[in-house]
Formats: sequence, C-alpha cells, structure tokens
Amino acid sequence: MSEAYFPVDPGLGPEENFLSLDDILMSQEKLPGRAESALPRLAFALGQGAGTGDSIPEGSKLEIPLWLAKGLHDSKRRIISVELPKIYKEAWRTVFSADANVVDLHKMGPYYYGFGSQLLNFDNPENPEIAQTILQTFISRFRRIMDSSQNAYNEDTSALVARLDELERALFRAGQKGLNDFQCWEKGQASQITASSLVQNYGKRKFTDMDG
Amino acid sequence: MAGERAVELVRELHRAAGGSLPPFRAEGLRQALEEMRALYERNQADVSEAKSGRTDLIFLIRFRHCCLLRNQRCVLAYLYDRLLRIRALRWEYGSVLPSTIQFHMAAEEVEWFNRYKKSLATYMRSVGGEEGLDLTQDIKPPKSLYIEVRCLRDYGEFEIDDGTTILLKKNSQHFLPRWKCEQLIRQGVLEHILS
Repeated sequence: MSEAYFPVDPGLGPEENFLSLDDILMSQEKLPGRAESALPRLAFALGQGAGTGDSIPEGSKLEIPLWLAKGLHDSKRRIISVELPKIYKEAWRTVFSADANVVDLHKMGPYYYGFGSQLLNFDNPENPEIAQTILQTFISRFRRIMDSSQNAYNEDTSALVARLDELERALFRAGQKGLNDFQCWEKGQASQITASSLVQNYGKRKFTDMDG
Repeated sequence: MAGERAVELVRELHRAAGGSLPPFRAEGLRQALEEMRALYERNQADVSEAKSGRTDLIFLIRFRHCCLLRNQRCVLAYLYDRLLRIRALRWEYGSVLPSTIQFHMAAEEVEWFNRYKKSLATYMRSVGGEEGLDLTQDIKPPKSLYIEVRCLRDYGEFEIDDGTTILLKKNSQHFLPRWKCEQLIRQGVLEHILS
C-alpha cells in the first residue's frame, strides 16, 4: 500500500459513498426483479429484445443492477418490484446461522455486507431478519479473520483471504499491516528509510530519465 | 446496458492496486460522455411526447435519468480518485515525476499536479521561520544526521553540503547526510543500510 494514497472509503450501512470506487462496483451487482406493469421501449435498454421500440410486458423477470433498482424504486408507484438475491433469502440465512465460517463469501458476494446493507433501502418485510443475519455473520466470522491476520507472518495468505468478502479483506489487510509494522519495529528496522512502495510497484521498469 | 463504459473506467482504476496510476483513458471517457449526451437528447424528445399525453413514457424518462446520474457518478469518481493518486505521487516521488508516469497523465492532470506542487511549496515556505520547512523530509523520525547508503543503479554525480561531488555508481557504498539522500532512497536509487 502506498503511504500517501488514501482511497475514498466505502460507505457504511444504508448510505453509499458517492465517490468510492468500491461502492460503485458494489452497486453494479445485479438483483432479480419483476416488471409490475408494461414498460414501453425499455426492452432494448435492459438487454432484452432486439428493436429499440420493444416494450417489456407486465410480469416479466428482470435482472437489474442495484444502482438502477435504487433509482427506480418508488414506494408509492410500484413499477418494478425487487426480490432478494438467494444468498439473503431464508434458506441461506439458515446456513449462516448454522455456521457462517464455512461459507465462501467471495464467491457469493463479493460485497456481501455492503450489498446486504443496501437491500435494506427497499421496504422488504424481511428487512429485520436480513439485518440481523448480516450482523451475526460478521460477528461470528470476525474472530477468525482477526486471529489469522494477526498471526500469519511471512506466510502465503492467499488461502486465508480466498473466502473473505471485500469488507473482510480490508480488515485483514489492516491487521497484516499492523503486524508487519510491529515486527519491523521489534527488529529495529522502523527507522530505516525505504523506497516508496509506488516505486516498488512499478517494479523493474527503469526511471532513468528523472528530469523528463 | 447503459453505464457499462463508465463502470469499465472505474473497474480498471480499482484493479490498479496500491495507488499506482494506470494510463488515462481519454477514449473511454469520451464514449461515456457521448452516451450521456445521447441519453439526454432522447429524453428531451420523449419529454415533449409525454407532455402531449403519453404518460406511460414517464418511467422510461426516469430510467434514462438514472443512467445519466450513474454515468456522472462513475466519471466523477474516476477523475477524483486519479487526483488522489496523483497527489500521493508528490509525496512519494518529489516534485519531478518520472516521464513514464507523466505519460499516464492527461494534460489537465499535469496542470493540476503543477498547481498542487505550487500550493504545497508556498505553504512550506510560510511555516517554520525564515527558510520554511520541508514537510516531505524526515517522515520517519531521524536517529542520526548521517546514514550509510548503497547505490542500486548508476545515477551519476551528486553534490553534497560541503561542495564535494561524489559519483553514485551501482553497488558503491557511501556515508551521506540523511536529508540529502532521503529523496533518492524514496525513489529507489539508493538503499538505506542499517548497521
């Protein structure tokens, strides 16, 4: 990580952070929906049907990204209804409450927590249960993440992070940075000036022309 | 699907980890803006149609408007995050950027970098008494005035405080004033050796 570059953090809870790259990619994830009335001329825009003039008949199933679902959501006039992705449904909630540690959140998500919090914006009757499941999942997985991030020193961590969602990965990286900095200090290397990590990132490329 | 081009910009930038600066995608940006213009124009046409009675088009107009806002958000976030990365470069590399990085910047970004550099320099002159204070120096607290360094590549002649010049050749080792070589270490020319 570069020491001077601080990306815009993703928002927490039901609010998105407008400029956060993470949040933009998170809101690109799709969720299933249904057209409650016929939608003229929309078929082409949503990737169904060929002609620009085609309309979407009432009741047809749609796959729309979260940002669009949020923008079109209207509690008074329900034109598109939004359903829960399966991972937030009752069946999966049972799995999470049984043992959240075994689930591969990266494959299912990879923005399980962020996306789940966003779903609370749609007035779904199951909202309290969803929120509770997300919270409990985080609590039960957090212990293992913190433990592994604080103790895997000089190891290949790819197996440890493979099943973590993006929020958990950020936590893991923070823990690893703390561990590495502490080890550095213990070895008396904390005062060593090191090459900028950006320089290291650019790797073997030569910067011979420094006044360019 | 609308908005794909703009998201692709964001996705590429997000993939470039650790604050490195990928090339500026002028073409992708232009296409995203073009798409926005097209959306806007089609909406204008449909608005006048909706005014004359076709209220079923209102939803379509709203859909396009959402796409417009989405594109706007992606483009703004793309440009803003690039500026954050460019700002970090000033602290990591110093005031002169290697040409390989400058190739990745748009003309406006170079302009912004120069202005940022100027503001920072003005501020650093205004603090810390007569001569100002270089905030980019001694980011880690120094333990001694002189440090042992090893040269990682041929750099050329280098003048130190007392007026003598030394030749920085690959693999040569020197005992130099810390403040003189801190920047070169950050740039990866020298390596700080702890005894």
